[in-house]
Amino acid sequence: MKDLYNAQRAMRNMRRMAMQKGVIALLDVGSSKMTCLILRFDGEMCPISLGESQADSSAGGPSFSGSNRAGQALFRIIGAATTKSRGVGFGQIEVMNETERAIRTVVQAAQKMANLKVDQAIACFSGAEPRSYGLVGEIQLHDSFVSEQDVARVLAACDMPNLGTSRDVLHAQPVNFSLDARTGLGDPRGQSGNRLACDLHLLTVEDNAVQNLAYCVKRCDLELAGVASSAYLSGLSSLVEDEQELGAACIDMGGGTTGVSVFIKKHMIFADSVMMGGDHVTSDISRGLQVPLAMAEKIKNMHGGVQATGMDDREMIEISGDSGDWDKDRRQISRTELIGIIRPRVEEILEETRVRLDAAGFEHLPSQQIVLTGGAAQLPGMDGLACKILGQRVRLGRPMRINGLPQALTGPAFSSVVGACLFAVQPQDEWWDFEAPSERYPARSLKRALKWFRDNW
Amino acid sequence: MQPLVAPKRYHDTSGQRLHSAHPAPRRDPAPSRGSYRLQRLLLSRSMQILLRLGLPIFVVVLPIAIYFSDTARRTQIVTVVQEMKEVIEGRPEYQVTLMSIDGAPQALTDGVRRALSLELPISSFDLDLAALRAQIENLDAVARADLRIKAGVLHVVIVERAPALVWRLEDGLQLLDATGRRVALLRTRNDRVDLPLIAGLGANLAAPEALELLAAAGPITPRLRGLVRVGERRWDMVLDRGQRILLPQHEPKKALERLIALDQAQRLLARDVPVIDLRITARPVLKLSPQALDLLRRENDGHMLETQL
Repeated sequence: MKDLYNAQRAMRNMRRMAMQKGVIALLDVGSSKMTCLILRFDGEMCPISLGESQADSSAGGPSFSGSNRAGQALFRIIGAATTKSRGVGFGQIEVMNETERAIRTVVQAAQKMANLKVDQAIACFSGAEPRSYGLVGEIQLHDSFVSEQDVARVLAACDMPNLGTSRDVLHAQPVNFSLDARTGLGDPRGQSGNRLACDLHLLTVEDNAVQNLAYCVKRCDLELAGVASSAYLSGLSSLVEDEQELGAACIDMGGGTTGVSVFIKKHMIFADSVMMGGDHVTSDISRGLQVPLAMAEKIKNMHGGVQATGMDDREMIEISGDSGDWDKDRRQISRTELIGIIRPRVEEILEETRVRLDAAGFEHLPSQQIVLTGGAAQLPGMDGLACKILGQRVRLGRPMRINGLPQALTGPAFSSVVGACLFAVQPQDEWWDFEAPSERYPARSLKRALKWFRDNW
Repeated sequence: MQPLVAPKRYHDTSGQRLHSAHPAPRRDPAPSRGSYRLQRLLLSRSMQILLRLGLPIFVVVLPIAIYFSDTARRTQIVTVVQEMKEVIEGRPEYQVTLMSIDGAPQALTDGVRRALSLELPISSFDLDLAALRAQIENLDAVARADLRIKAGVLHVVIVERAPALVWRLEDGLQLLDATGRRVALLRTRNDRVDLPLIAGLGANLAAPEALELLAAAGPITPRLRGLVRVGERRWDMVLDRGQRILLPQHEPKKALERLIALDQAQRLLARDVPVIDLRITARPVLKLSPQALDLLRRENDGHMLETQL
C-alpha cells in the first residue's frame, strides 16, 4: 500500500512539473484507436485541489473536479493525433511492442503538429477488469476541530477490503465526509465535531495492466504523470454539470470494452467495464457475412443500425471482395439482414451494462440519467434501443468543447481523451494527495503524559 | 508417433508460388525507435535554436572562413581591391591638374606653392584638403585659406594677415598683426613708417593692449616714438626728446588718459620732465632733468621742493 502511495505521489509530482513546464501529453490507449493530445497551459493555475494547496492551506479543499468550467480557458490543445490501435485488446495491452509502436506513432504525429517535445504523459485505458469499492472510515477527533491531519487519518482509517491478488488501486477518491450527525460535507476542515467519517471510492484494476502501460510509455521516452480509468474520464467530459451533480451514468461504448461510470454529487461512485464493444459487432458482421474485418468495419460504419424498418428490406448493400470468386465477390444483402446481425450484439452489450448498473444500485439514485458516448454509440438508433433496455432517460453524449481541439476529434469516440484534459488540469483529490498521517507515538504519549499531569495537579 | 500429414502428391513448388501470391507485407507506419528519438531531439528547445540560428550561421561562415584561411588568396584579394581602387582614382574625372591661388601677392603665392609642394596632376582622392589648409594656414602671412576642387582645378583663396604693429627685436624688425601674431620680417623701419613701433620682450603677447594705448594717445601721437614692454608686464611710452611715460600694469589706458588731460591743462609734457612715472596711480612721480631741478631750486631759494608737489 505504501508503494502505491509513493508511486501515485511521484506521478502527481510529475504532473506538477508538467504544469510548470506548461505542456503535457494525454494518451488514450484504446482497443480500436489510440489518441494523443498535447495540452498547453496558458495561464496560472489557481490552487484548486487540496493536495496542491498544502502550502497555503487556508484556501481550497477537496474540490469538485470539473466544476470550474472557467478553468478551461487556461489551456489549449496544440497537438492532436489519432491512429489505429495495435496490440491492445479489451482495453488492455496484449502485445507490448506493437502497443509501443502505436504509442510512438501517435505521439510523434502529435508532437509534429505541436512542434515541440513533450516529456510527461497522462495515460488512460479502459480494460483490466476494474472493480469499485465503497469504503467507510471513521475516527475520533483529538481536538474538536478537523485539521488536515485528521482528514488524512480518516482516509487512512478506511477499512481496506481484500482486493485479491495482483490488484492495484487506480483511483481512491474521498466522496463524502460526515461530521457527527451531519453528512454530505465537501470540505470538513476547520469545522468542529467529535467524530469524523468519510466515504472513499476505491477503484482497482489488475496491476499487470498498469505496469505494462507504464513500461510502454517509458519505452517511448515519456514519463507517466498519471493513470486514469477511461470510464471515469468519459464521465468527466460527457456528463454535463447537473448530471454529475444529480446522479447519472456514463456508458462509454468503445471498441473492445464498454465502460460504465456512475456519478453523483460530482464524484464518481462506481465504475465498471463490460468486455464487449464495437469490435465485437464488427467481428459478428465479418463472421456472419464472410467478409474481411476491414470490410465489415466499413459496412458497419456506412450502413449499420439497430432499428430495422420496412424501408431497410429494399436497401441492398453490395458486399464486394477480392477473393477471386465472382459469386462471392458480387453478393448483396439487405440492410435488414445487417441490422439482424448488429442488433443482438448491441442488445447483449446493453443488457450486460444493465446488469452492472443494477449491481451497483443505480436504480436508487435520485436521477437516473444515462449518457451514451464512445465510438459505438454512434450507431443509428442506438438511443432508441438503449431506452428499451436501460430506462427512459437516455441521451447520446458528446465530450465538451475545449480550445484548439481539431474538428475531427470532437466526436463521442474521443470523450475519454477529452476527459483526460480535464483530469490533467483539475484532478480530483485522491487519497495520495493528502499527507500520510504521521503516527508519532512518542509525541502522542508525551502529550498524554502532559495531559495526565495537568489533570491531576 | 507419426504426425497427421497427408502423403505428398506434388513437388514442393506450390508453396513458393503461394508465398509469392501474397502481397508484400505492408510497411509499418510506426516510426522506428531511432527516428522517434531523433524527432524528439530535433523538437527539443535547444536543438530548435541551434537549427534555426546556429546552422545558417555555420553554413554561411564556414565556406568564407575556409576560403580566407589561405594567405595567398587573402593577398590576392587585397591586391585586386587595391588595383580597382587605383583604377578608379586614376580616372581623368578625378584628376587635379591646376592650382590657382587668389587673394595674395606674388611672394606669398610662391610661398604657398612652396609650402604645399604638390606634384600636379594628382588624383583628388589623394588630396587631403583639411591637411593642405592647415599647412597653408601655418604660414605666418596667411590668416585664412579656403580650398576647393572644381573641374580639375584646386582653387585656393587666401586671406592675408593685416600687419598692425612693428616689433623691434634685438636682431631686427618684425611685422605683427592686431592679435600679436607674426606676419613677416621687416628689413628697415622705413619700409612701414605708417605702423607704430613696439619693443621689448613679450611685446607681441600684449599687442591688443598696445594698440589700445596707441589709440588713446590722441594729442600726443605726433610726439610718440613707440611703446616698450617692460618686464613682460607693463608698458613704457616713449616720446621724442627722450621723454618716457611709465604706465602702470593695471588700467594703463586710464592712467594715460589722465596724463593727457593733465598735459592739456598744464602742458606738462612740454616741460623738461624726462620721466613721468604713473606706476602708482594714486601718486604720479615726475623726474626732472638736472638743469630743471637747479632752476627750480634757485627760484625757490633752496627750499625743499618735494613737499610742494
